Amino acid sequence: MLTIKNLRASVEGKEILKGINLEVKAGEVHAIMGPNGSGKSTLANILAGKQDYEILEGEVTYLGQDLLQLSPEVRSRSGIFLSFQYPVEIPGVPMINFLKASVNEHRKFKNLAPLTAGEFLKLMRSKKEMLHLDTELTNRSVNEGFSGGEKKKNEIFQMAMLEPKLAILDETDSGLDIDALRIVAEGVNALKTPENATILVTHYQRLLDYIIPDFVHVLYSGRIVKSGGKELAFELEEKGYDWLKNGNEI
Amino acid sequence: MENQDKLLNDITTQEYQYGFVTDIDTDVIPKGLNEDVIRLISFKKKEPEFMLEFRLKAYRGWLKMKAPEWAHLKIPPIDFQETIYYAAPRTSPKYQSLDEVDPELIETFKKLGIPIEEQKHLAGVAVDVVMDSVSVTTTFKKVLAEKGIIFCSFSDALIEHPELVRKYLGMSVPLTDNFFAALNSAVFSDGSFCYIPKGVRCPMELSTYFRINTAGTGQFERTLIIAEDDSYVSYLEGCTAPKRDENQLHAAVVEIIAHDRAEVKYSTVQNWYPGDKNGVGGIYNFVTKRGICRGVSSKISWTQVETGSAITWKYPSCVLIGDNSVGEFNSVALTNNHQQADTGTKMIHIGKNTKSTIVSKGISAGKSDNSYRGLVKVMPGATNSRNYSQCDSLLLGSTCGAHTFPYIEVGNKSSIVEHEATTSKIGEDQIFYCNQRGISTEDAIGMIVNGYAREVLNKLPMEFAVEAQKLLSISLEGSVG
Repeated sequence: MLTIKNLRASVEGKEILKGINLEVKAGEVHAIMGPNGSGKSTLANILAGKQDYEILEGEVTYLGQDLLQLSPEVRSRSGIFLSFQYPVEIPGVPMINFLKASVNEHRKFKNLAPLTAGEFLKLMRSKKEMLHLDTELTNRSVNEGFSGGEKKKNEIFQMAMLEPKLAILDETDSGLDIDALRIVAEGVNALKTPENATILVTHYQRLLDYIIPDFVHVLYSGRIVKSGGKELAFELEEKGYDWLKNGNEI
Repeated sequence: MENQDKLLNDITTQEYQYGFVTDIDTDVIPKGLNEDVIRLISFKKKEPEFMLEFRLKAYRGWLKMKAPEWAHLKIPPIDFQETIYYAAPRTSPKYQSLDEVDPELIETFKKLGIPIEEQKHLAGVAVDVVMDSVSVTTTFKKVLAEKGIIFCSFSDALIEHPELVRKYLGMSVPLTDNFFAALNSAVFSDGSFCYIPKGVRCPMELSTYFRINTAGTGQFERTLIIAEDDSYVSYLEGCTAPKRDENQLHAAVVEIIAHDRAEVKYSTVQNWYPGDKNGVGGIYNFVTKRGICRGVSSKISWTQVETGSAITWKYPSCVLIGDNSVGEFNSVALTNNHQQADTGTKMIHIGKNTKSTIVSKGISAGKSDNSYRGLVKVMPGATNSRNYSQCDSLLLGSTCGAHTFPYIEVGNKSSIVEHEATTSKIGEDQIFYCNQRGISTEDAIGMIVNGYAREVLNKLPMEFAVEAQKLLSISLEGSVG
């Protein structure tokens, strides 16, 4: 589904990604772990199409297309979803209007007729039930005045509505108490199918207690320095990132 | 940043949608202004004697006045002798049905998307269409007449209800209140008149579409609204103008008088031709709007969405004389390219326990300049009065300007005046967030701007709110990143 080959990227002249290689297939869950500043969020943002970065080298293929040539909105409509580390507030725009515009853009891209108000409300209700979400969030302005936990739940709710092929969750566990974490993780698990894939970007192993990854990659100073199965996460948790600093690279 | 520069570029290259000219035979007095021209206007309109005196008095006052220079505007010198002061469609007299109306006129309305037939039959909106100063058709007059409501052109009011006009004209905006009001008082050609009798709730939104059509014709509209005790009316004014190369002067006056417990809601969507992307052409819009809450517990609210005109100079105001009376001002002003707007309000508290609220939302893009100017004045006798003002500015790009000039004068100790102001930019991250959900940059900007203005748009009557939302998005169209 997604192939990243030797991706190098910089921001404001500083090289952040120094040659990333990654292969993600349908049905897989990949966890990307690493200390602060290792380039995790940069990778997530580049995949989603944020413009602040300069691509120096490498290629990214998504479903046979050159991903880096697509605009962010076309990437979204093609099934890439980014759950933001810091979801953005848009004052005065009701969540329900925002989401309806979003869902219908996705449908238009697939040559489907837009949902009627009734169909949309029905879809929303079913997704809310699935995620045990309280109904009040969608009546408020997009993320405005939401608590940290509400913002993250709202991201997963949008993901449920859009049913992405490739979901990238950027530090979705940060700022969540244990109950919120469980709800978010259950949501992610419920949305998993053999046709879609998930990339979890995380700092801590904690989230991986709830979402079991097929692969764990350790990103360190712009490179993936170690890859393995889920047991790698435990090893990291135990030994800390310093363990990698001391020359134990593969 | 790259995004915003692109947006900026695209905004500045956007053309005005309603730029077309209707070819209708018009009756024009040659350009220029003197007492003879004023006498001729009054004669052509078959006005009563007092009206001519009013005009001449205003004209003589105007001659001694100077155009105001205090606004944050760069106004090119205007040659008042180069302006045409009167143009009436020759196809008068009035029509009984739309079939009799000049087909080209109907075509113009269709292009503007004014569904006059539907409005007549479905929406329950009485439309007094003003085309180049003289009313061409008036609808729903009968329905309104049954309730004793008078809604007609100003010219008709002068003939049919001269005593009412005489009593109230100039009460809110005195003859020589300011340079442009004095000019309007001298030369106004037509406008609307509205009278709501005691205890009557007007059953429909009253609406007037204004449109400038004859080349080089200044449009001087005059509107007078009188609400008797315990009455209610909601009045809508909306305008679009065809494309012009030379600048056109527009100096309207709107007067409102609210008696005991009366309520008047006045809503405007203003979309005059703003000039091209280089700042050539466009309407100069100098408007004086003022309402007097004469009666106890009366209420006047102004709601405006201003997206057009090269220059906007406009301060819809409330004079709160009656005890417990209420004034409101809600405004969205969007400027783009080389547009300039200096707009705001005056709230004058005279009666006891009077209340006023000001919500102003400025949006600047391109190389435009957008200023809020507001006066809150609480007189010594206006004890326990309250004002709350909120002035927000939103900037798109980095070549536009936003300014806030609040003036506050409080004359007693029991009153409370609050003022809040914010300035923000549309964030790259807001746009990216929308992009990531599949929404294009152009739609994202429309959405963010409408969200920002929502508080004010919500104050508009339903059908108008939809139009206003569209207008805000259209004004920012072509901004795909």
